[in-house]
Amino acid sequence: MTGSDSRGAGPRAGGAPDRSATAVAEAVAAAHRREWGFVLAATARVTRDLDLAEECVQDAYAKALTAWAESGVPERPAAWLTTVARNRALDLLRREAALRSRLPLLVVDAPEPEHDIPDERLRLIFTCCHPALALEAQVALTLRLLCGLTTAEVARAFLVSEPTMAARITRAKKKITGAGIPYRVPDSEDLPQRVEAVLTVVDLVFTTGHTAPSGADLVRADLVGRALGLARMLRALLPGDAGVAGLLAHILLTDARRATRVDARGRLVLLKDQDRGLWDREAIAQGRALVREALRRRPPTRFALMAAIAAVHDEAPSWEETDWREIVGLYDVLLRYHPSPIAALNRAVAVSFAEGAEAGLAELDELVLEPQLASYGYVGAARGDMLARLGRRDEARVAYEEALLFTANEVEREFLAARVADL
Amino acid sequence: MSKYLVLIYEDETAYATGDAALFQRVMDAHNKFGADNKDAIVGGEALQPTPTATSIRGGVVTDGAFAETKEALGGYYLIEAADLDAALAIAKQVPAEFGGVEVRPLMVFDQQ
Repeated sequence: MTGSDSRGAGPRAGGAPDRSATAVAEAVAAAHRREWGFVLAATARVTRDLDLAEECVQDAYAKALTAWAESGVPERPAAWLTTVARNRALDLLRREAALRSRLPLLVVDAPEPEHDIPDERLRLIFTCCHPALALEAQVALTLRLLCGLTTAEVARAFLVSEPTMAARITRAKKKITGAGIPYRVPDSEDLPQRVEAVLTVVDLVFTTGHTAPSGADLVRADLVGRALGLARMLRALLPGDAGVAGLLAHILLTDARRATRVDARGRLVLLKDQDRGLWDREAIAQGRALVREALRRRPPTRFALMAAIAAVHDEAPSWEETDWREIVGLYDVLLRYHPSPIAALNRAVAVSFAEGAEAGLAELDELVLEPQLASYGYVGAARGDMLARLGRRDEARVAYEEALLFTANEVEREFLAARVADL
Repeated sequence: MSKYLVLIYEDETAYATGDAALFQRVMDAHNKFGADNKDAIVGGEALQPTPTATSIRGGVVTDGAFAETKEALGGYYLIEAADLDAALAIAKQVPAEFGGVEVRPLMVFDQQ
């Protein structure tokens, strides 16, 4: 993500620009990937209408293809695109003034100063991730408006039909204007809770990409990339927030192992069998620095603790040398401040390596009645692993078969089926 | 500014079986809410319980509320607020210890 200093309005760069069609198309595609959210957020401030803003931004990107071919790629593509989109918006607004006065508009604060383009992305993400919207709508709006995904792309990511996703997005936009969800960064009093809602959305994008709920691939790299981009954006916009630092660290430290999670044939490789030499050391270094910073805040945030756990794995020279007691201790802290059945399940797994499968199984047995875990495939997988380690093969097979009922990811299914066959 | 209707839904049995002290406590809470938010409140009323309700559907008159729910509509406030965040901040203060509230923006019709 480029810094905000590259976005202010200003004279275009001189020099000899590359105006070949390919170079221009690449520049427009790169600007789409990096700057969509910035351009849309700044345009929505003017239009006070998300649909109109989207239309004008789309139009600006289309114009860029021809304009940049003629006069070169501007030095500040985001500023160029924003200016074009906002001019188009103002033009349309003047023309349709009479009609538009009847429509409900986005609630915005006083008009902005005229001579620079402020970064409005925080307003946009807090509007998209407003708790008055359903979580699935928050995720869809964020991917659509901040990341510039098409409705079809968002629909594919969340395994629903395109008309269903289109209806979901339309309904959410109608609620934003109809109910008066403001286009504003929340007051400091509400901020922590609202940031938490944004982090939940970004984490959901990440987890959906990290282990795809279904399909042929274990990882959906596009979604992981979007989640990482959103987390980096939040880090730049809310640099002092420990929750944001924790989430970015969590994503970096977890995704650092991406290359080794499947083998050359696309089969699942367990953490203990992964080639640690291939982990992304740069991401791990960045993540570790962020974890240290995030953990200074008391009480520790949810993602800071999850990141710290990921860091212990990343730093272990081998599976055998993993500090399981440290991991169990971190899960204890996580459960104290941010209790959840899934954290309890993960703690049970850590206990099974720190103290033995028998102890892990005892912890797992205490979780059988948790409704949140009733259809969670990792319970069966964890149980199957512990039972297999204890030599209780028949029971292990049943547990793995149960896990198979709850995942539609083909890579995970193949792995579980192989475990069943081995027993 | 926009208008929002805050609908109060509560379990009626709590009031049906409540004593004088409970009614006094609830009344005090509403009075305090009214005083704390007097600039934002446009109107508000309490309703008699659902056994007094009469419904008409397709011209047919029947005894009872339109929809049977555990928590029934028992009253409302009409408030004015700059946006949903401001409306929710007020709605959170509405006393509803035996249930909760629903916040609905009012429809705005073209004045032309």
